Amino acid sequence: MILVWLILILLLGGLLSWLASRWNVLLARWIALGAVAVNFVLTAGIWFGNPVPVGWVAELDLEWIPRFGIHFHLALDGLSLLMLLLTFFLGMLGVLCSWKEISYRPGFFHFNLLWVLAGITGVFLTMDLFLFYFFWEVMLIPMYFLIGIWGHANRIYAAFKFFIFTQASGLFMLLAILSLYYVQAQQTGVYSFDYFDFLETPLPFKTAQWLMFGFLIAFIVKLPAFPFHNWLPDAHGEAPTAGSLVLAGLLLKTGAYGLLRFVVPLFPEPAMAFAPWGMLMGVIGILYGGKLAFAQNDLKRLIAYTSVSHMGFVMLGVFAFTELAYQGVVMQMITHGISTGALFLLAGMLYERTHTRDITRMGGLWKSSPALGAAMMVFVMASLGLPGLGNFIAEFLTLNGSWPANRLLTALAAVGLVIATVYSLRIMQKVFFGPMPQTWPAADLKPREYLIMIPLIAAIIWLGLFPQKTIETSGHAVTEISLKKGGSR
Amino acid sequence: MTLWLIPALPYLGALILILAGSKLSKQMAGIIGCGSMGLSALWTGVTGIAFLSGGREPVRLQLWEWFDVAGWNPGVTLYFDSLSLVFTFVITFVGFLIHVYSTGYMARDEGFNRFFAYLNLFVGSMLMLVLADNLLLLYLGWEGVGLCSYLLIGFWYQDPANGAAARKAFIVTRIGDTAFAIGLFMLFQTLGTLNIGAILAEAGSALSGDGAASWPGGPAGATAIALLLVGGAVGKSAQIPLQTWLPDAMAGPTPVSALIHAATMVTAGVYLIARMHGIFELSPVSMQVVSLIGTITLLVAGCSALCQSDLKRVLAYSTISQIGYMFLALGLGAWSAAIFHFFTHAFFKALLFLGAGAIIESLHHEQNIFRMGGLRKELPVVFITFLIGSASLAALPLVTAGFFSKDQILWMAFAGEHGSLGLWIAASVGAFLTALYTFRMVFVTFWGETKTPVTHRPGKAMTIPLIILALFSLLAGFIEVPHNLGHITLFSSFLASVLPSPELITDSLLMEWMSQAAAALLTLGGIGLAYEYYVRNPQSLAGMKRNTGALQRFFHSGFGFDRLYDSLLIQPYTWLARVNRRDITDSLYTGLARFSIWLHRQSAQTQTGILRHYLLGAAIGALIILTISIFI
Repeated sequence: MILVWLILILLLGGLLSWLASRWNVLLARWIALGAVAVNFVLTAGIWFGNPVPVGWVAELDLEWIPRFGIHFHLALDGLSLLMLLLTFFLGMLGVLCSWKEISYRPGFFHFNLLWVLAGITGVFLTMDLFLFYFFWEVMLIPMYFLIGIWGHANRIYAAFKFFIFTQASGLFMLLAILSLYYVQAQQTGVYSFDYFDFLETPLPFKTAQWLMFGFLIAFIVKLPAFPFHNWLPDAHGEAPTAGSLVLAGLLLKTGAYGLLRFVVPLFPEPAMAFAPWGMLMGVIGILYGGKLAFAQNDLKRLIAYTSVSHMGFVMLGVFAFTELAYQGVVMQMITHGISTGALFLLAGMLYERTHTRDITRMGGLWKSSPALGAAMMVFVMASLGLPGLGNFIAEFLTLNGSWPANRLLTALAAVGLVIATVYSLRIMQKVFFGPMPQTWPAADLKPREYLIMIPLIAAIIWLGLFPQKTIETSGHAVTEISLKKGGSR
Repeated sequence: MTLWLIPALPYLGALILILAGSKLSKQMAGIIGCGSMGLSALWTGVTGIAFLSGGREPVRLQLWEWFDVAGWNPGVTLYFDSLSLVFTFVITFVGFLIHVYSTGYMARDEGFNRFFAYLNLFVGSMLMLVLADNLLLLYLGWEGVGLCSYLLIGFWYQDPANGAAARKAFIVTRIGDTAFAIGLFMLFQTLGTLNIGAILAEAGSALSGDGAASWPGGPAGATAIALLLVGGAVGKSAQIPLQTWLPDAMAGPTPVSALIHAATMVTAGVYLIARMHGIFELSPVSMQVVSLIGTITLLVAGCSALCQSDLKRVLAYSTISQIGYMFLALGLGAWSAAIFHFFTHAFFKALLFLGAGAIIESLHHEQNIFRMGGLRKELPVVFITFLIGSASLAALPLVTAGFFSKDQILWMAFAGEHGSLGLWIAASVGAFLTALYTFRMVFVTFWGETKTPVTHRPGKAMTIPLIILALFSLLAGFIEVPHNLGHITLFSSFLASVLPSPELITDSLLMEWMSQAAAALLTLGGIGLAYEYYVRNPQSLAGMKRNTGALQRFFHSGFGFDRLYDSLLIQPYTWLARVNRRDITDSLYTGLARFSIWLHRQSAQTQTGILRHYLLGAAIGALIILTISIFI
């Protein structure tokens, strides 16, 4: 039952916050923060109860539309548990970072923010594919509003682009889900959208391949993989800080999660056949995204392209089919969520101080804001994969696990480490070092900003030095997935 | 079992300085910085004595299990044996002296606390590097020192040139690190572990079996792994072709150049190869590559040092050249000779850099040696210690540490099993160049007339480390003396449990005397030539400048490597970034959008509002449908 509550609290919290904003904006903010915090505590409670979950920790299966075999089926294993922890952790920070930034219609803003989070929560929990598609859409529409209403200058264009890309690709998935439903009914006579039923459905290779592409396209557009990444820099660049945080930290992860949860287990053979292409897309994404990040002057676009580069590692790892690589992918989802989320938060803080996102106009800010600079340094280093920070574990595991699958592509992906260094150091140089072209209002981190950055820094260091806790949590689920394909390591 | 304290103390110091940095007074920050280093050095001493007196058994200490995925469970585990002890001793001891010196050197800098935070962070990471029990943890230290090097080169961040030098150092070494990482992937695939002991055991059993053929990855696999490790080593140790970052790294404060870019971090590559010697022994090709890289580097850097006018750049090129000697020794299989040269080099090069720092500070940040001069009388302590360091660098026979360590390498280049006359000649020419450029620097700086007045004299915090390092630069050599001069092998027998001793193909005493005599003559000749040109007869230089100007400029630029890489890599990359800033793939989608709009416009034109057109359309449509339904 707790799983429903996780979603309901967010939905109700969003509504309540909207209502409350009519009387008191501060109350609305506190309600939103409280709702996410309650969810975080609940999820953390589950985690402490099951630090090493085996199989499904919690499950709920209700009939929804029995005529069509549609269930309200939620289930939680180690992988979804980690994803939820990340969701609520970043969700709280998303509310906190909007505290001062969002003053236009804050109630509706928080409504949308919480509903996006609810959609994401649903996506990570659902075991019924009809319901999955439902939540997939629930994520999309509030996000569209977040970008379109509270974004920067070019927000309408970005919101449309985001919507069309994800909606169009999502339709392919809907087609695939429906076909799967009918193919299964044809073969077994059972009308069901249930994930566990689909796992058992034997599919001819050709059919499976077509269906896989339906799912694949939705997930790799969301991820995003080259060449479907074009919506991302616009959406990230134009979204408000909390929007970018949720987009980069969480929405992209639903794509990665979909690959691990659905594409590989449901269609193992076609996925294997697609693997070299998938890895190639990953490598191109890593290198091409890194190159584009280096070329940007808009800080938020720059960070957006680093996401393209980092998500290339996810593609590479998912299609390497080794346990090491899968565990690396899971770590990458979490550490990228934290590090890139943090970079967007920092970009937001810089924007509040300088009112520009153009890094060529910044410079020398270390002098006035050393703490801000230090925080940026930590996450810039995380983004280039410095050992001791979580991203290193993720990237090293992914690359080490991909090496046996394809040496050439892994070596090329490793070149991405150099490219990441080039673009990452450029950020530090342009923003914090060098001479100060104009005097910015001298303001270092304020207490609320410390409250945002300290947990993020602690988390990224903890994940780098003590990743075992996290790895154990998802370990069983990841082993299950990697066993789906011949049990190769 | 308190080994962990050695790296933990500097890390703790760094943590305190980072968290409370802005609130601490300079005095307090200095105490924390030097204190944590001093304690770490002290603890190294205690651990070292316990190690020496306790049967010299290697100590392994697992702090925690880093992670465990699919049966691979690298630990955060420290490993302490005689090789780690040598490095740990140098890092903590020289590190402590440089910390003390820095309290004087940086006293008036506003970033004082930040400086010590970075410096402590560096020492902690460097200690992790040399104490790591597996290559993944070593990689952590390896990248950690790279970060600190970046932070400290760009310490004075307001000057964009410093930032460029810092980024160059990080990026160039990262290229090597990536090769290193790929080597780790290969090693892991071959053996399923990155534990150094396990790898060496496997290599050892392959070596005692039928050589590289019984290595799980085959001879080609062993060579590939070894060469990839060399890739990492040449990056960190500034060897050709990745040497270009080190001269620019001199943009950092001088104590940093002394500690990181001379004494410790840049020798990490030497440590890596010595530590992984088992893999290299399986692959003669990779050994040859290492000795070739070392030889070329020591000559190229020696020539470049000869034509620099910036005091710190002379020393930087000299560092590259001396590490070239270490690489040569490694390639010859003279493992302990390489480590011995590292050991003596750490003292005299740190001394020279600290001396240079004292000079630069006294002359109000003047670094051009041709605007110095006559400092012999103005800065006597600096002069004498600098002279001792230079003598040691130039390998002045019998009295300096540098002589004994370099002599060993020269002799191995001739008489070792992988040695050859060619390598010996190259190494000897290098010795001559070393003496020449070193004493050119000394004579130009300290002799002649005063060109810049001394405005400031170094205090005790700066001179005492100089004196201690000078003593070590003289005396450290006597723990390893060739057998024709007294035969002391304290150092090599100390390392014998870790590093195999090389085999000699000649042990002719006469040849050894001849080799030493030749080296001694070359050194003295180099000093004499420098004296002739820079003290007795400086006007002859002008003629030389006329005749060899182009060559001198070529040497000065470090053989044009920077320009090569600029046009080969940097320009194309930035060009690509510039022309494709807006992402060409986006035009696919904007094109699609534009096509839809166009299509929309076209079909909108049919909406004319004229009823006849609509009727006509409907009729044609009906006709087409009818036709189709008839014929199908």
